[in-house]
Amino acid sequence: MENLGALSILLAFCFAVFAVVAAVAGKYAKRPFLVVSAERSVYAAWGLLTLASGLLIDALVSGDFRLAYVAAHSNRAMSSIYKFAAWWGGQEGSLLLWSWLLATYSAIVVFTNRRKFRNMMPIVIAIMMTTLAFFTSLIAFVISPFNVLMAGKGPIDVGDGQGLNPLLQWWTMVIHPPMLYLGYVGFIVPFAFAMASLITKQPGEGWIHTTRRWAIVTWLFQSTGVMLGMGWAYTVLGWGGYWGWDPVENASLLPWITATAFLHSVMMQEKKGMMKVWNMVLVSATFLLSILGTTLTRTGMVASVHAFAQSPIKPHFTAFLLVSLALITYVIVKNLPYLRSESRLESVVSRESSFLFNNLILLASCFAVLWGTLFPVIMEALTGEKETIDAPYYNKVNIPIALFLLFLTGVGPLIAWRKSSLDSLKRAFLLPAAVGVATIVALVASGVRHFEATLAFGLCAFVTATIVSEFWKGSRAIAAKEQIYLPRAAFELTWRNTRRYGGYIVHMGIVVMFVGFAGSAFNLRETRNVGLGQTARFGHYDLKLLNVNDGQNDDYEFSKATIDVLRNGRSIGELTPEIRLYKASQQQNSVIGIHRALNEDLYINYSGVLADGSKATFQLYQFPLVSWIWIGYWVLLSGTIVCLIPSKARLQYARTEVVGIASIPQTVKS
Amino acid sequence: MKTYLKFGILMTVIIGSLVWLAAGGISDSKMYYRTISELQQMGNTAAGQRLRVGGDVEQGSILKNGSQTTFVLHQGPQTLKVVYDGADPLPDTFKDGAQALADGRLGPDGVFEAKKIQAKCASKYEQKPQQKGLSHETPATKVTSITNGSGRAS
Repeated sequence: MENLGALSILLAFCFAVFAVVAAVAGKYAKRPFLVVSAERSVYAAWGLLTLASGLLIDALVSGDFRLAYVAAHSNRAMSSIYKFAAWWGGQEGSLLLWSWLLATYSAIVVFTNRRKFRNMMPIVIAIMMTTLAFFTSLIAFVISPFNVLMAGKGPIDVGDGQGLNPLLQWWTMVIHPPMLYLGYVGFIVPFAFAMASLITKQPGEGWIHTTRRWAIVTWLFQSTGVMLGMGWAYTVLGWGGYWGWDPVENASLLPWITATAFLHSVMMQEKKGMMKVWNMVLVSATFLLSILGTTLTRTGMVASVHAFAQSPIKPHFTAFLLVSLALITYVIVKNLPYLRSESRLESVVSRESSFLFNNLILLASCFAVLWGTLFPVIMEALTGEKETIDAPYYNKVNIPIALFLLFLTGVGPLIAWRKSSLDSLKRAFLLPAAVGVATIVALVASGVRHFEATLAFGLCAFVTATIVSEFWKGSRAIAAKEQIYLPRAAFELTWRNTRRYGGYIVHMGIVVMFVGFAGSAFNLRETRNVGLGQTARFGHYDLKLLNVNDGQNDDYEFSKATIDVLRNGRSIGELTPEIRLYKASQQQNSVIGIHRALNEDLYINYSGVLADGSKATFQLYQFPLVSWIWIGYWVLLSGTIVCLIPSKARLQYARTEVVGIASIPQTVKS
Repeated sequence: MKTYLKFGILMTVIIGSLVWLAAGGISDSKMYYRTISELQQMGNTAAGQRLRVGGDVEQGSILKNGSQTTFVLHQGPQTLKVVYDGADPLPDTFKDGAQALADGRLGPDGVFEAKKIQAKCASKYEQKPQQKGLSHETPATKVTSITNGSGRAS
């Protein structure tokens, strides 16, 4: 079976290479049959990678421990779902997943556009298949997932495997990597269309319309992936946080930032024909950062507790990145005249300029994070000195950026295109600004003395007020005109322009998340030793250690503490933090006890027993408002889904110069 | 053109202040990566600098007392005594023989005072030293008394 698996990866590589050659040759030699054969080899590559993935999954689930990959990442005791998840538990398998997802996306793109864009599609195919050829070449020639464990001259069967890393045996971890990959890989589609439209000099903004949904869906996957990672870090890792600015976390954030910037600035191109070069740069940057992210996570380029060990594929990735960067730069520079802007910036106080600031700030944040992540690599190359920077640097730069972005989130959607008069600004912002200031005053009066957090809460209130007032104004007008109730009018309003109002809901989600982030300014933590039956006072909780149980099952040995949580003398529930020792991997894993509530989480890590056995040691944390982050995500998710629903009436994307008379408000704004 | 000038000025102000913040952030949180032998040769110059030291955790050297943990890192023949007194739990992967990174400063007594510990499991295929599993009477070198934390897997 391993031969069949390795062979199908090899063949998939061949088909990818053939597709590139056939698509390009077919286009320029004007031989349509070659383009058709390129399209068919995309399907063939997908089929072959599906087969290879199926074989690997089968080996993992059935426990074919002759395979090195299976022996390293699966074992008999694991439940089937984790055996399946072991597909992406290691380097080789995760690259196979990457390739398979890319092949799947390519097949969908080819299938859905098979009768459109005859001129552009060959280039789209060539770009996607070049990337696929690169990834399949790695798993075909360098690190095959189908290698057999060898002893001397014959294969050996080790009987049982090491098992999936216990830290990964958690439900969010089953979907976190595929979500991130769906997001990373998916952005290749807008990128390929952007480049293809540039190379073939397509008139108009066709590629934006075609890939708008792709961009939003992949952005949603990226957001989901990042959030799942945060949730996992918080619930499973137990170091008492959700974000530590680890290089690998940064790697997942970087393409998300540029993708977010792209989703905003692409509206400028759609509506006003501006920022065309910028959009090309952003979509390319997202592509390159996705590859860089994969490089960082998969090759151990930057020292990280996440990363796989030094691996033989580092030079391949570096070369691929540099060649892509050079090619993209060449294509963009060569076609600069084609990307000339159609209108000019007219005022600093305008929608256009708020978009520019939004982009500038997002890019600055992206650059700061990238700089910090690559700092050790850069400094070692420049000075030979091994240096590194950590969390305080990121916080110092990113907190002001985040606050400014939050401010723009409130301001941007309300400023008029082209130029805003002072009067209209006053009308739009007087109430929200008052709400924001009132919030800050109320917080300071009630004794809050944290500058950034207070400002963040104030800005959150300000943005919320702008969003609510937008919904309020719009729905009231509809309610009056159509004689319907306000909630139905709000629904109608959203449906008439799903992009605009869905976008507001996404902004609301971000605001809710920021409330959660700001809450971290008031975290409380302490380490306590508690004897059986004793009570420890922590924050406004009384924690009583009821008992400590030891035991074991097939998979692991455990020690479990039971703690009664009391607040004002009343029990509000029991927490059972636990330490596990997995038998197969001999790795330890702690299960955190969390009492979740809207206002704050109580978070307990059981870290063991004192040397004399008299007391158990706990790390106690109080995390205010942390649940808001997860709630914010659900709001963001629903907003993004609203954006994806087609609007009730098909909107015409008229340029503002034309519709400057403002007779059809819904088409002008948003 | 006036608009572009205004815009340019605003951009410069924003970028400038961010660069200023970043520069401050870098000098605040910059850490030098040192090997144990380099650290010992530095003598007095090492005092006060933020440093990161890496090595393997010596077998049986982990001692826990309340929230304080001491252990010995070794790299070839050189060894370094480290004391960790942070609020965050130690990573799950931190145990005898693991590769560990300690961030902190060198104290006047030659003991490294760590504020943060990161650990990575020794290679998966290496034969693991005998481990006794979880048990409450065992001294601090055993797995049960070592805790979890930022040890993140791939």
